[in-house]
Amino acid sequence: MDVFLDVQDVTKTFIAGGNAGYTAVDHVSFQMGAGETLGLVGESGCGKSTLAKLITRLIEPTAGTISLCGEDITKRRGKPLRDAYRQVQMVFQSPMGSFDPRKTIGYGVGEGLMNQGMPKAERTQRVAALLEQCGLPPKFAGRYPHEISGGQCQRAAIARALAIQPKLLICDEATSALDVTVQQQIMELLENLKREQHLSFLFICHNLALVQSFCDRVLVMHEGKIVEEGTPDAVILSPQSDYTKMLVAAAL
Amino acid sequence: MTGTVSVRRQKIPKNNIRRRLLFFLLLAGLLMLAVTFAEQICPYDPNAQIFSTLEPPSAAHPAGTDRFGRDMLSRILVGLQTSVLSTLTLVAIITVVGTIIGVLCGHLGGMVDAFMMRVCDVCLAFPGLVFAMAIAALLHGGLQNAVIALAVISWPKYARIARSQTLALESTDYVAAARLAGDTSAQIIFRHILPNSAGPILVTAMLDIGTMMMELAGLSFLGLGAMPPTAELGNMMSGGRSMLQTYPWVIIGPGIAIFVAVVIFNLLGDTVRDYLDPRNSRRQSSANGKKEQEK
Repeated sequence: MDVFLDVQDVTKTFIAGGNAGYTAVDHVSFQMGAGETLGLVGESGCGKSTLAKLITRLIEPTAGTISLCGEDITKRRGKPLRDAYRQVQMVFQSPMGSFDPRKTIGYGVGEGLMNQGMPKAERTQRVAALLEQCGLPPKFAGRYPHEISGGQCQRAAIARALAIQPKLLICDEATSALDVTVQQQIMELLENLKREQHLSFLFICHNLALVQSFCDRVLVMHEGKIVEEGTPDAVILSPQSDYTKMLVAAAL
Repeated sequence: MTGTVSVRRQKIPKNNIRRRLLFFLLLAGLLMLAVTFAEQICPYDPNAQIFSTLEPPSAAHPAGTDRFGRDMLSRILVGLQTSVLSTLTLVAIITVVGTIIGVLCGHLGGMVDAFMMRVCDVCLAFPGLVFAMAIAALLHGGLQNAVIALAVISWPKYARIARSQTLALESTDYVAAARLAGDTSAQIIFRHILPNSAGPILVTAMLDIGTMMMELAGLSFLGLGAMPPTAELGNMMSGGRSMLQTYPWVIIGPGIAIFVAVVIFNLLGDTVRDYLDPRNSRRQSSANGKKEQEK
């Protein structure tokens, strides 16, 4: 399997008031193959979301390298970095918060296409197709975020992430803010995408059952470090490290 | 008592606000019309010294005449024009300059931000009008210099608001999503940050119109603003203050004009704030939604 994403020794230390503060991500290394679905679990505050933001370069790593398709993007800025974003997209935790309250859903979904210079007429069609693919009626393109429900917003967020046809989709607790039935629907949508589009997923979640059914491989993170790695069944049914045992025990 | 808990209504019904907004917009519109066409609607030449001096108000001169025999009503209208137009220019300058600096500080961060915010602190640490007087005196008076002096002391407020808005918005998921969608920094500022921070900035600007008009008239009153013979409400009051007891109309007329203009702009600003307050609109729209569902 080709290595698609290669994270080597990535560290992020937040500095507060001039003092070396909190190390949220501590020398994390892992690789992801093309088309792989990788789960990332761990308690709140263990650095999962920080790691996601580091991979998308929304925040700068303190040390380490991040490579996409063998190319180091750690030092990229400006246009080369924006080009790298064409391969990585993200779905955020808060459904409402991930759309600009003053812009329509259609604008948000089509923003990436607009930046690629797609003409308006074609863009409108593409946005409608994307919304439909994610199980939303195309007329939702004209609605504002506060006019649709959280589940619908999350579907629109997935449509936006798919718009520029990325190879890797990072789901940062994409289902945590939704109730169980809507969560189920979103998972079905993601399953379909996984089957049809040969997407890689980095699936950040603290629901072990979802990870077990959805992922090929799982990483367990604790206090900024990866403490365990393996197939979901191996990690969840026979955990090796103390922390994973505790996590599994807590979920049961 | 029916046993239900009564909850204090925290929101003002949107329809009420809309009606109030229309009313004050209408008043402000009338004022702006009067100001724009002041030269056309004033009955006499405001600078012609052709009447007997210090005539009390009469049918021919509804606001009397001043000590040089000029028609007061004409001078008040033209003075209002000077005051309102220079105030609007001033507010426009400080809003634009403050917002640009604030957004850039919030966006760039680092040294630029730290330096500009300390400059803001210095400006905000002085008592505003005293600082403005010092600058205006340094620039040797004149209406244009008074506007510059007030602009120098007032932009930091807008920079602060714009900066805090920018910082808050930069950390939202939708700005992150826009960045992932390939937006450049400029695109993020123009598409997401400015539209979302326009509300508070606009409200501050509206509320500032009244204040700035007062301060500009204040500087003129002290002789640091418009110079005679320019008709400007502040210096008209200043010129008439020795005659307050004997010929009160020379000072009461301009005073009422300032009062009316300031009250209109302040109430308009208040209403715009209520109108844009999400607590007054979102809940109302969701309440409407519920009503519709019940039907």
